[in-house]
Amino acid sequence: MSGDRARIDYALRLGDDALVLGQRLGEWCGHAPMLEVDLGLANIALDLIGQAQHFLAHAGALEGHGRDADKLAFRRDVLDFKNCLLVEQPNGDFAQTIARQALFSTWHELMLQRLQGSSDTAIAAVAQKAVKEVAYHASFAREWVVRLGDGTAESRQRMVDGLDWMWRFVDELFAMDLVDQAMAEAGVGVDKSTLRPEWDHLIDAMLAEATLERPAPRRGVMGGREGRHSEHLGHMLSEMQFLQRAYPDAVW
Amino acid sequence: MTIPLRQQVFEVLKDVPDPEIPAVSVVDLGIVRGVDEQAPAVRITPTYTGCPATLAIEAAIRVALDQAGLQGVGIETELTPPWTTDWISDEGREKLRAYGIAPPPKGEGRGSLKAEAAAECPRCGSTNTEELSRFGSTPCKALWRCKSCAEPFDRFKCH
Ligand SMILES: [Zn+2]
Repeated sequence: MSGDRARIDYALRLGDDALVLGQRLGEWCGHAPMLEVDLGLANIALDLIGQAQHFLAHAGALEGHGRDADKLAFRRDVLDFKNCLLVEQPNGDFAQTIARQALFSTWHELMLQRLQGSSDTAIAAVAQKAVKEVAYHASFAREWVVRLGDGTAESRQRMVDGLDWMWRFVDELFAMDLVDQAMAEAGVGVDKSTLRPEWDHLIDAMLAEATLERPAPRRGVMGGREGRHSEHLGHMLSEMQFLQRAYPDAVW
Repeated sequence: MTIPLRQQVFEVLKDVPDPEIPAVSVVDLGIVRGVDEQAPAVRITPTYTGCPATLAIEAAIRVALDQAGLQGVGIETELTPPWTTDWISDEGREKLRAYGIAPPPKGEGRGSLKAEAAAECPRCGSTNTEELSRFGSTPCKALWRCKSCAEPFDRFKCH
């Protein structure tokens, strides 16, 4: 694989994780259980979509075919999306959304901490800005896991179910393929497998505070990084991309 | 005698309000980094990655420059070094307080989230306050409540 292609893919993966999760969280706007939570989820979505704009713009510039962040977001088909499977999972109830967020943001913060030192100056610049925002996302989500887990019988059961649903998508966060290896060796990316002990530690501490058990081990599902997605992503894109597909090049 | 370009640009931009907090200007907030006299261009930086005001700010700066006869001055966005609340000027902090938003203390920009000291109520000055929500009406603000005067208020998030 050429270094150029790997670097474009790497920027797309970072951008697509943020874009897809940002869009998912946007679905909560006006529907969250409390006003404060509604604002919180919308703010997290905005941060993520802002990050996606930077990463996708970088990917488009590296590619050199004149595709900007909007073109990459609205004109790619589902098979060309490189996000991990976790972020595209449906919102479910609030507990399921929080489970997804806690698992992802905890990983995301560790990733961005390392990416601040990326030899790719564009990636490093976005990471340096985003890492502080994502620290808020991670603590917001983990605090809610504790509140729901150590809450009423119903909130606890929902939290257990939410974590159980999302758990099979965790291994993919730490998997290293050829793109990841090439980028880690080039100093652009991160050896994600080395993040696992710290992630486990943070998640175990959260679960202990929430008086919850770790979900039963499941065989990890993977494929998002290569464009093999769950059915859910196509449905999400059909709504997100509708306008640009129906009215190509429409602008505000 | 000609006025240096840098001075002309700052003179114009100090009156361009932030679209979400019109009490402070884009210069007060530290969004305007400097002027590249060669390009020529004004260098600006976004406050928060996902701040929806970023485009509106750029548009407002463009209009202000054009109206001042500085059509030839471009706008360049730079991300590094990342903006922190330490870039807000002392004058900007006072304007925020007067507007009812608790300004972030200086030097705390790089502190940890948990270490945030209690905010000072912008109405009565009490520090007997509590955070209601870390996410407020805009990406840059958290929602707080004063336990002395019982009023809610926004706090500019330390960043
Ligand atoms: Zn007060």
